[in-house]
Amino acid sequence: MTTAPGPLEQLIRQRIEAAYAPTVLEIENESHKHRHHAPMQGVTSTETHFKIKVVSSQFAGQRLLQRQRSIYSLFKHEMAMDGGIHAMALVTRTPEEEQK
Amino acid sequence: MFRQILQNGTLRTAVQRPLAQRLGATLPQSFLGARFITDRAKSIIEEAVKDNDLIVFMKGTPDEPMCGFSRAVVQILQMHGVDELVGVDCLQDPEIREGIKEYTDWPTIPQVYVKGEFIGGCDVMVQMHQSGELHELLIKEGILKADPDAKREE
Repeated sequence: MTTAPGPLEQLIRQRIEAAYAPTVLEIENESHKHRHHAPMQGVTSTETHFKIKVVSSQFAGQRLLQRQRSIYSLFKHEMAMDGGIHAMALVTRTPEEEQK
Repeated sequence: MFRQILQNGTLRTAVQRPLAQRLGATLPQSFLGARFITDRAKSIIEEAVKDNDLIVFMKGTPDEPMCGFSRAVVQILQMHGVDELVGVDCLQDPEIREGIKEYTDWPTIPQVYVKGEFIGGCDVMVQMHQSGELHELLIKEGILKADPDAKREE
């Protein structure tokens, strides 16, 4: 889907850029793929599922779980509220890992 | 008060919130925008995690996952030879569905626990699978028997 980024997607971009100064930041809105799933019934938001790739040197020395927790904590509110972000598929790498 | 399963750092947030837990039964969930795990949900989760060396909090059941992320986790574990996978269907119980997020301090489902420790959600499982860490973990924790025939090409 190549529609313009919605407000949540823009927010995700802003916060991740501010927090991690990433060298790569790719955000894909995959919400349309999950529209028909049982847990999505009654949800009208078009911004529920995102695939996000962040490459940042700040992840160095952190385990995967820590990296993901750190990103989730940026969006605690958006992930907890009704009609907010339902899931983020996260790829978190350091620039060194990315080059492998 | 807290069992052994809570000794590791990943669950510390649950320990740090005794007030929230005490109030959980009487306050509306939306109080100040926070969600408080109910005593009932907490005890069900604690027991489930304690009684099962490997357990997946998921949407749907291992036989019939209701979400692609849950399905992926089940398939990965089955691929590694886990035959009897215990799943908790969070869609059947709104308290568990919200409670597990607070209990683990992890905002999404599925969630995998091994020997009382939170291992990760779908992305972590996929990446641990790819790196070989998952196999190592399952052997080390005795979920899988180390079979001498299988020379892993890792």
